Amino acid sequence: MDSSADLILDDRARGVFRVNRRAFTDPEILEKERREVFDKCWLYAGHESELAGPGAFFTRQVGGRPVIVARGADDRIRGFLNTCPHRGNIVCREGHGTARTFTCFYHAWSFNTAGELVGLPGAESYTAAFDRSAMGLRQVPKLENYRGMIFISYDSGICSLPDYLGEAQEYLDYMIDFGGAEVEIAQGAQAYSMKANWKLLVENSIDGYHAMSTHNRYFRQYLPDIGMDAAGWSGPKRIMGIGAALGNGHSMVQAPQRPTPLRGSAKAELEQIRANLVDKFGPDRAHRIADYTRNLFIFPNLILISLWHTVRTFYPVAPDYMEINAWALLPKNDSPELRQKRYENFISFLGPAGFGTPDDVTGLEGCQRGFATQQEFPWSDISRGMGEAAPTTTDELQMRAFWRRWNALMEGRSGPTDCRDRPEQSVAAE
Amino acid sequence: MAEAHEMTPAAGQGAIALAEVERFLVEEAALLDEWRLEEWLELVAEDGRYLVPSLDSPDSDHRTALFLIADDRRNLASRVRQLLGKTAWSENPRSRTRRLVTNVRILGSDGDAVKATANFAVWRFQHGDTDVYVGRYIHLLVRGPQGLLFRERRTVMDMEALRPHGKLSFIL
Repeated sequence: MDSSADLILDDRARGVFRVNRRAFTDPEILEKERREVFDKCWLYAGHESELAGPGAFFTRQVGGRPVIVARGADDRIRGFLNTCPHRGNIVCREGHGTARTFTCFYHAWSFNTAGELVGLPGAESYTAAFDRSAMGLRQVPKLENYRGMIFISYDSGICSLPDYLGEAQEYLDYMIDFGGAEVEIAQGAQAYSMKANWKLLVENSIDGYHAMSTHNRYFRQYLPDIGMDAAGWSGPKRIMGIGAALGNGHSMVQAPQRPTPLRGSAKAELEQIRANLVDKFGPDRAHRIADYTRNLFIFPNLILISLWHTVRTFYPVAPDYMEINAWALLPKNDSPELRQKRYENFISFLGPAGFGTPDDVTGLEGCQRGFATQQEFPWSDISRGMGEAAPTTTDELQMRAFWRRWNALMEGRSGPTDCRDRPEQSVAAE
Repeated sequence: MAEAHEMTPAAGQGAIALAEVERFLVEEAALLDEWRLEEWLELVAEDGRYLVPSLDSPDSDHRTALFLIADDRRNLASRVRQLLGKTAWSENPRSRTRRLVTNVRILGSDGDAVKATANFAVWRFQHGDTDVYVGRYIHLLVRGPQGLLFRERRTVMDMEALRPHGKLSFIL
């Protein structure tokens, strides 16, 4: 039997949506995900601002492979598989820096920032069959840069990045434009992990339902402790938002702005930025950019969280273990005071030592431990709000959207996927 | 430590002696291991900060880089209150921790504060997992009415990533 058959029960008519917990535990499913999901999607690799000038580079794991992303002497950004074409060693072993050439220390082959083999000790000993021009660093099959965000794909036949982003592109623009200026990845990356399946973090990152229980201490202790009224977040006066499927597995939760430590401490600066957005984009677009918060999920593993201007991506290492990287994407022209407030706001909730994320880590690791009972208890329920014409942030449409696309790819259906509960569902007018 | 009151903080290194710093850090570690967090909080000056830089930027400044923790006294008091409450799920049930604090050195003075460093290894046990946090402290210590106080308590971890730890949910 196909290892991924019948993992999703999706009955739109009755409002039943279940995921078989084997999807989180089976090593064969992970192997299939590597081939059918990660190798056939656009994957976020990093940001242009991490490549400050010609020769600047960073290295990291993307889609299970070590890669180098470098800005060449010609200013072009290229992605290379970080393996020596000779015998395989990792060529560049620094996390980031600036280089004229990359030299593999094993036999001292060296490559320029366009990937060409420029140094070959003892070149005279090779035969005529040795094609030096074919022995450069191998480029990743696809690399595109969307407004500074660098994505790569291992599928040479994949559609363009804007086509891939589809409806999500507009919301990605809002995540970039919120400060009315160019954005950059701030210094200080958060590199952590969870002993949990990577798809649990997809769900958790767009889960409005868990906020008031899992993050009780943030809303009921921390915000009051710093003198904030948390009524917009919980209780009868809470401000509700929407959950939305954006096509091809992308999705989001969106809500009107609510009080945050940042909005409390930097009111004047943020009002000035909002006024600048009106000048730049007009009142309607400025309203859509500035007056909402969003968690935007780009299939399969990229989350942007506007409350903290976070970019977060994660990869499975094993069915029950993932590695996570998160950064802050902030306007370059912030005053030093505002920049510091943005940092403080980010880490008040997010990251491995914030007042939010550690409890998510504990919760998702707990789910994974609970899955040991799957023989007796095989299904997780993700049906919340399935009967609603306009699901809210505390419903689960945005997760079903992910699972529907995931299921389609796992079953080899790579064409467009209808990720909605009902055909008439679309992002509510703002 | 009552006799220490006569010492002049401005005298720098000589005013706060190595032995006193060592004793202070060992007592502090015991309060944390015993989860006596309200007593521990009293060791932090009113203008004190608790800083943990991101692992890729150990030497950075919390005003110009994203840290893991950059608590002022108010945030830190809330952190303590949350950890002693019932809904900090990552520390309920609480971790068991055991701290080894060694290699204490006084690096110099900064106004009325002494800059001191120490190495640490902290074992943490929870839910069947064992995690070890290794690094060094870089503290700015000042003299308060009852003894030494942290003006800045900087915890710099040596690990390249919080893997497989996943989180830093107790006070390190």
